[in-house]
Amino acid sequence: MNKHNFHDTTALLGRSLRHILRSPDTIITTAITPIAMLLMFVYVFGGAINTGGAKYVDYLLPGILLITVASGVAYTSLRLYNDVSGGIFERFQSMPIARSAILWGHVITSVIANLVSLVLVVLVAVVIGFRSGAGVVAWLEVLGIIVLLTLALTWLAVSAGLAAKSPDGAGAFAYPLLFLPFVSSAFVPTTGMPTAVRWFAEHQPVTSIVNTLRNLYAQQPVGNDVWTALAWCIGLLAVAYALGLRTYRRKLA
Amino acid sequence: MTTTTAVRITGLMKSFGDLEVLRGVDLDIGRGSIFALLGSNGAGKTTVVRILSTLLAADAGSAVVNGFDVAAQAADVRESISLTGQFAAVDEILTGRENLVLIAKLRHLEHPGRIADEQLDRFSLREAGSRRVATYSGGMRRRLDIAMSLIGDPPVIFLDEPTTGLDPQARLEVWQSVRELAHGGTTVLLTTQYLDEAEQLADRIAILHEGRILVNGTLAELKALMPPAEVTYVEKQPSLEDIFLAVVGPRAAAGSALNHTAATRSPQTTEV
Repeated sequence: MNKHNFHDTTALLGRSLRHILRSPDTIITTAITPIAMLLMFVYVFGGAINTGGAKYVDYLLPGILLITVASGVAYTSLRLYNDVSGGIFERFQSMPIARSAILWGHVITSVIANLVSLVLVVLVAVVIGFRSGAGVVAWLEVLGIIVLLTLALTWLAVSAGLAAKSPDGAGAFAYPLLFLPFVSSAFVPTTGMPTAVRWFAEHQPVTSIVNTLRNLYAQQPVGNDVWTALAWCIGLLAVAYALGLRTYRRKLA
Repeated sequence: MTTTTAVRITGLMKSFGDLEVLRGVDLDIGRGSIFALLGSNGAGKTTVVRILSTLLAADAGSAVVNGFDVAAQAADVRESISLTGQFAAVDEILTGRENLVLIAKLRHLEHPGRIADEQLDRFSLREAGSRRVATYSGGMRRRLDIAMSLIGDPPVIFLDEPTTGLDPQARLEVWQSVRELAHGGTTVLLTTQYLDEAEQLADRIAILHEGRILVNGTLAELKALMPPAEVTYVEKQPSLEDIFLAVVGPRAAAGSALNHTAATRSPQTTEV
């Protein structure tokens, strides 16, 4: 059946991309909250935050990009939940198609939809003054890290969508993900935090990812942060992927 | 398994936790026949269909579909079957035609567009083909659902409560489609809780109750299980209708008391 893997994934990818084209509100909603946060932090709180010289919008953008991805994958979870509860998931499963194609169609759609939302957010950031002198290679590195993170969070979304008992439950897993950037170096430097909070902030994945992205487009050395960030992303992806496949198999109890 | 048997189920058991849903189901379905599995809600009909469609693993027993074991040769079973679930499993955001094209692609057929158009014509959906399924009526959705199931001409089709929730007109349309299928040589396993549906469509009928097959045969055979019709006399209590007619009828209009009227009309015997 593996000979059909690519063909089946393409057919199902076409289907879920059509869903997105016909309800572009999911992309806009994904982008709107991060854009609102971007504006609020830059124009309201930003003046009171000391980032050590960098323009606040430059400092803030990586964290906002992470929040965009976290809110975007909630829709992936919802789309899977709708497929399962609507019965079309069972129809696909009773057909002679590659097993993994059913999930990969949604996963690739998630990456594409998130990238479109991210472009919208970056455009708004540019309008309000974000600038980067980074070259193509640095931008590709930024893109690579974000795609890895999106894949990892999307596979988490797959488990959540398959296991959910209600549409609200399907998206709820994303709330803690939205909260994590606040306890990291995304909005304020960790140096001002109390010791215990600071320890958590400096050892959770968001800080290393955010620092890496920030240094990449500020053309600064990324140091060890890039390895920590990659380790988190790849580790999370491996765990989330295994969890997603396990949840999928348990559907066939 | 002989070549005349499309589905053979032997000693099938399935529990969900402490709940025993199937307690040893045995069933043979002949090739090209319409077989109705009849039972009330919760009898286990859907569980049987889900095991046959490789969506659920049985705890014990075996099921063979089109010569392939559902547990050991699941991929071959999936090539042989098509499932139409209890709730029309169609994509509401896509158009009717896009739904059909998608299924044709997933069945790895050539010319998916042409196949989709043929199905639209066959199920009188040509006009609606370019509209999103979200705008379809219940009957149209179910027709599309069945049209999707028939793509690629699978030899065995499972229809799980195909007319539940449909209006009488849509029900007749579905029945017509099922009859056409069987004419074309397709084996149809139909589950239903409507007795008249089984009477109308099925070559053979089995009654599934509390996880076991109670009876299995043609309609004539099932009828022969009952003792011959006999004439009995039962006392008939006045119904609300009788009371109503007595009260508003000519005698009531003339001023008779209700209790008097009722007393003169009851008890009464009626031949049934």
